[in-house]
Amino acid sequence: MKTETCNLLIIGAGPGGYVCGIRAGQLGIDTVVVERENPGGTCLNVGCIPSKALIHAADEFARVAHFTGDNDLGIATAAPTVDMAKTVAWKDGIVKRLTGGVAGLLKKAGARYVSGTARIVDGKTVEVATADGPLRIHCENLVIATGSRPLELPFLPFGGPVISSTEALDLQTVPQKLAVVGGGYIGLEIGTALAKLGATVTVVEAAERILPQYDAELTKPVLNRLRALGITVHLSSKARGLSEDGSALRAETQDGTLEIPSDKVLVTVGRSPVTDGFGLADLGLTMQGPFVAIDDHCATSMRGVHAIGDVTGGPMLAHRAMAQGAIVAEHVAGHPSVWDKRAVPAVCFTDPEIVTVGVLPGEVEGSKTAVFPFAANGRAMTMERDDGFVRIVHDPETELVLGLHAVGAGVSELSGEFALAIEMGATLTDIAATIHAHPTLSETVQETALKSLGQALHI
Amino acid sequence: MNILSVKLPDVGEGVTEAELAEWHVKVGDIVKEDDVIAAVMTDKATVEIPSLYDGKITWIAGEIGDILAVGSDLVRIETDAEAVAEPGAASDQDEETPEPEPTPTPDAPPPPAASPARPAPTPTPTRSAPPRAEGTPPLASPSVRARARKGGIDLRQVHGSGPAGRITQQDLDEVFARPPQSAAHGGRVARTGTEEIRVIGMRRKIAERMALANARIPHITVVEEVDVTSLEELRASMNAGRGDKPKLTVLPFIAAALSKAVVDHPEMNAHYMDDDGVVVRHAGVNIGMATMTDAGLVVPVLRHVESLGVFQTAAEISRLSEAARAGKATRDELTGSTITITSLGPLGALATTPIINHPEVAILGVNKMATRPMWDGSQFVPRKMMNISASFDHRVIDGWDAAVFVQRIKTLLETPALIFMEE
Repeated sequence: MKTETCNLLIIGAGPGGYVCGIRAGQLGIDTVVVERENPGGTCLNVGCIPSKALIHAADEFARVAHFTGDNDLGIATAAPTVDMAKTVAWKDGIVKRLTGGVAGLLKKAGARYVSGTARIVDGKTVEVATADGPLRIHCENLVIATGSRPLELPFLPFGGPVISSTEALDLQTVPQKLAVVGGGYIGLEIGTALAKLGATVTVVEAAERILPQYDAELTKPVLNRLRALGITVHLSSKARGLSEDGSALRAETQDGTLEIPSDKVLVTVGRSPVTDGFGLADLGLTMQGPFVAIDDHCATSMRGVHAIGDVTGGPMLAHRAMAQGAIVAEHVAGHPSVWDKRAVPAVCFTDPEIVTVGVLPGEVEGSKTAVFPFAANGRAMTMERDDGFVRIVHDPETELVLGLHAVGAGVSELSGEFALAIEMGATLTDIAATIHAHPTLSETVQETALKSLGQALHI
Repeated sequence: MNILSVKLPDVGEGVTEAELAEWHVKVGDIVKEDDVIAAVMTDKATVEIPSLYDGKITWIAGEIGDILAVGSDLVRIETDAEAVAEPGAASDQDEETPEPEPTPTPDAPPPPAASPARPAPTPTPTRSAPPRAEGTPPLASPSVRARARKGGIDLRQVHGSGPAGRITQQDLDEVFARPPQSAAHGGRVARTGTEEIRVIGMRRKIAERMALANARIPHITVVEEVDVTSLEELRASMNAGRGDKPKLTVLPFIAAALSKAVVDHPEMNAHYMDDDGVVVRHAGVNIGMATMTDAGLVVPVLRHVESLGVFQTAAEISRLSEAARAGKATRDELTGSTITITSLGPLGALATTPIINHPEVAILGVNKMATRPMWDGSQFVPRKMMNISASFDHRVIDGWDAAVFVQRIKTLLETPALIFMEE
């Protein structure tokens, strides 16, 4: 068997693994990244990026469709059609560009990329089944960045009409009838896109509201929009399985047990960490529930073994994994890096979008909340999307900003300012006294801070 | 508006000066009559000084650690009130001796230099005190956090001067300008820098008393082992049947043994007034109990142990040590001992060399009790053994007498019935 040695070996080239590899390479660490599929992980291949491509295509389609009827802008056009196969091919092109880019970035940083399936032998040895045969790699430091996979429901196993997000992003035609099990952000993002492309969509959510990790105020504009798009939402409802002929989803809803006719049933009830099938259990690492337990250096209970990304728990977000990857690389290089992030921004690319950074209203005792609606923002009106609002939670004693949230079209781009405010320890005055360009949606952030201080100008 | 002064009153018999231990006010503060303005320390007691007037503090006498004479100005207060006759010896002194220094009267404002020119001793802000609640992460930008990490600075210990207590780059500059206190990331690093701790208050008093005792008194220390098996049995049975009485430690028995032993050795229960060349032997046995407190060593006094039963002694010991630890012991409770016991309890070591509480002539150190194998003539038997280490003033106590006295105590403790037997 061929053998190699390295200082740092990373299993998984998702956002966590590849960033770790690039940063380690930059720091002069002899690094190997092992990936069994394409580089880029869930995010680039079957997650963030493909879903954003699909959402963009759906939005463009819906926009044109909107102009077929009477509209305020006075634009007239013929009814659009979509060649889904071509859309998906376009999406695949973007994915290919990005994943190819990742491989190039790793190479440029001086990290080695090994394509194959890794199996951990011990804390310092990994065997990789490559196309050229097995390869044994000895390392000083090991990083587990194996990510997560869609959670399967035992009574709705994937296969046939039952699909996960991965298959939903690769549909060659738009299904006529789509049932979505799970009203979290993945299900709503894909469900909304397919509804805009013409599918009849029904969402079945077990909790009493959609996006249950947020408060009702924040998700209400999304729920309104879902209904406006003709999507049926069953709350406090439980999927029970397929009907006998497989053409419908059986669900217990508040309207009783229903059979929801479906060409496809998209199950998006969460994701589970990938911790099996590659020898991880043999290391006997301390676990935290289904996840690998880590400290603030992303070190596991075994010396020299690190874990980053979805395999370490939530929030399962690419940018969290990326930050962790950089910390591990720097830590291995002897830098005093540590996880000291004050907030992990979270964005739902629903329609309208939701962005949250920091605490929600009521999470910190004594905190106060101010809201400023997009209905009072000029830019929002000119884009025909004045639904939604910006919200700031602050500590009234110190004016310290504790949380920033927004719901509205295009608010995902506010996540940078929101996160910066939290990380910099901004106070209301810091935001209120910063000029925000006119006319932009971001003015609303400044207005919310002003309103918190009792000085709102445009409301 | 008058400017009136509050003087340092007589805080104890024979006390001519006192050390400033605490300020409760600073220049500019508004005080009310009877508000505590300062605490001063004399000998081993701390006394709080109340304000005599309502008004505003315009001047304070000095910094913590300064020594003030009784009768001198402690603070000056701008007030509408009229001067009152100051209580205690301050007024007595006025009668006995002419005022040694001019005191500002209600009509005559203080010399101009007195109030504004004298810089107020502003307390240096406690930069080390973290301003945030336990468990909340320090408020600082990522660049500040990264710089702190690189420099090995724990931001939780850094004062933030920015809005909402945010730690700025300038705050960090200040920390870096100070001598390094902790090692950088990883590895073993030589520590440099020193920390100055002012020896003030109680600590200074202790230092003075120890230096005095050790400089003047040639100590002779006798260490002896004592078989306390019988004493422990007696103590256990008395504790078992004690009812509502306080639990007995070994200390009341030692106090009783000491009290008994000095009957035949009056030279041990004495004060050697070395300046006068006189040894004063005391009839009553007042035992000083060296007690550790947060502020340092204090010696509350068990009075007339010869008149107390063991349970009474035990109750008194517990009352006094609690008072001493709480800093509530009165001056009377801290003075007047004729002989002293020092015990470190479970940390009592094999032997110690106790330092005599001047002007006493003897001190008894109690060491750790342990079960040890003892040869009874035919075999080893487990016995509860405890050493005692007694020091004597060798100027007035000869080695022979010291040894005899220690043997006497040993005999009493080994056969505790002798302690309680009336002869």
